Amino acid sequence: MNGFTYARAATLAEAIGGTFIAGGTDLLQLWKIGAATPAALVDITSLPLAGITTSANGVLIGAVARLADVARHPAVPKLVTDAIMASASGQIRNMATVGGNLLQRTRCPYFRSADLPCNKRAPNSGCGAIAGQNRAAALFGASLACVASHPSDLAVALAALDAEIDIHGATGPRRLAIADFYRLPGDAPERDTMLAPGELITGIFIPTPTGRTIYLKIRDRASFEFAVLSVAVSLTVEAGIIIRARIVAGSVAPMPWRLHAVEAALIGRAPDAASFTAAAAVAAEGAQPLPHNNFKITLLRRAVARALGEAA
Amino acid sequence: MHAHGRIALTLILNGAPCTASVAPSDTLLDLLRDQLHLTGTKKGCDMGACGACTVLVDGRRITSCLTLALAHDGAAVTTIEGIGTPDEPHPLQAAFIRHDALQCGYCTPGQIMSGIAVIAENPSSRDAIREAMSGNLCRGGAHPNIIDAIAEVAGL
Ligand SMILES: Cc1cc2nc3c(=O)[nH]c(=O)nc-3n(C[C@H](O)[C@H](O)[C@H](O)COP(=O)(O)OP(=O)(O)OC[C@H]3O[C@@H](n4cnc5c(N)ncnc54)[C@H](O)[C@@H]3O)c2cc1C
Ligand code: SF4
Ligand code: FES
Repeated sequence: MNGFTYARAATLAEAIGGTFIAGGTDLLQLWKIGAATPAALVDITSLPLAGITTSANGVLIGAVARLADVARHPAVPKLVTDAIMASASGQIRNMATVGGNLLQRTRCPYFRSADLPCNKRAPNSGCGAIAGQNRAAALFGASLACVASHPSDLAVALAALDAEIDIHGATGPRRLAIADFYRLPGDAPERDTMLAPGELITGIFIPTPTGRTIYLKIRDRASFEFAVLSVAVSLTVEAGIIIRARIVAGSVAPMPWRLHAVEAALIGRAPDAASFTAAAAVAAEGAQPLPHNNFKITLLRRAVARALGEAA
Repeated sequence: MHAHGRIALTLILNGAPCTASVAPSDTLLDLLRDQLHLTGTKKGCDMGACGACTVLVDGRRITSCLTLALAHDGAAVTTIEGIGTPDEPHPLQAAFIRHDALQCGYCTPGQIMSGIAVIAENPSSRDAIREAMSGNLCRGGAHPNIIDAIAEVAGL
């Protein structure tokens, strides 16, 4: 474990350009195993970015708001609360921030063991997971360089609500749709997102949901565990017809993965069992399973069918 | 300013002001155990995964192994040493004894600190307590008795 210096930023200008620590729950795990070697940490939790404010069209959550505080806030959509309450433990949720949650790194066991090959942690060292243990690996969006999946529950819920990420860097503020925030590994798996070094997430804007939502998380145990996979559903029904659908799967890709084929199969149909069965059947379209995660093809179809049924 | 070397820090520790000097990389858990010799707070996994290191910071339960000491300058920290005495145990400590809510006892301080916070969070049912306590593992399998003890104090 390397030593580092520590400073607490009071203003955005003091923070931007630094290496940030928020709740520290992922960064310190990575530091303890030597997968992160920060030299100078800037604590961003005193920045005035912990608030939750509502407007006519949605809610803006400050980046350093703690998961527990977000989950219990009345203006926060239920889908987001449900995803958070299915995340980690009560203790971790009291520390972890929403910004840090979106930027947590993969749970791939090779990434989290400093001695093993991993292109994401140590570029060009090889990918241990492709020919090794790949139960947690991606079904979608992977590359030959990296097959890791992203573990955030919150990100999956946010993707189903078309949330946007507010970012502040050296050149000023910008806002990215969550669909444009994460990047696929390609041949540079060390970069998970479009964030430039030193850029700060300042907040997350969530438009007011228009329809029914559900977050379904499948785990190896009933609580306090990362997802085997998860499904977030947001369905808007008008005059008995589905007019908008967001069906997003978690822990099956390097980012929250929209199941476009399922969405297309639902639009214009009645929200009934026949529509849901037909839509769920195409949930794994385009999946590229590996030896240890191919069971997730069936699991994903069934999870989508169940989530749709529970949302209706 | 980035601070090098050791940095002074003040806590309200179990109700009394306390100053210490820490390295930036010291966790709150290491400060409590190694420097302040409050060894009731345990180190199990050192990774946020077991709950043995649970303490209250400004009334909220956190895992002290996964947070820097310096992040809590000025905060009120409550550990197992701060909640009761052998003669006057905290109601939850007394309930743990009544319900035989431990085996080896290593996870017990964390279970009790977490339980105190869960009771303050007003759980609605026994199942809600089970879910809220999932961040505290007990390798001896005392969970049913632990839930019994917390439920009794919570009035459920
Ligand atoms: C035991 C355990 C179980 C868990 N289970 C789950 C689970 O079931 N589901 C789930 O979704 N998550 C889970 N997590 C992950 C947890 O939710 C994340 O570790 C946490 O949300 C990260 O937030 P943080 O504030 O602690 O981030 P930190 O650890 O402080 O930071 C993480 C990274 O984000 C960067 N960063 C933080 N904030 C900003 C910002 N505003 N702008 C730019 N960069 C920033 C940091 O520099 C760092 O690189 C679990 C974690 C633990 C320890
Ligand atoms: S899948 Fe990605 S994170 Fe896992 S070993 Fe391969 S390169 Fe590393
Ligand atoms: S020692 Fe902190 S959670 Fe295990």
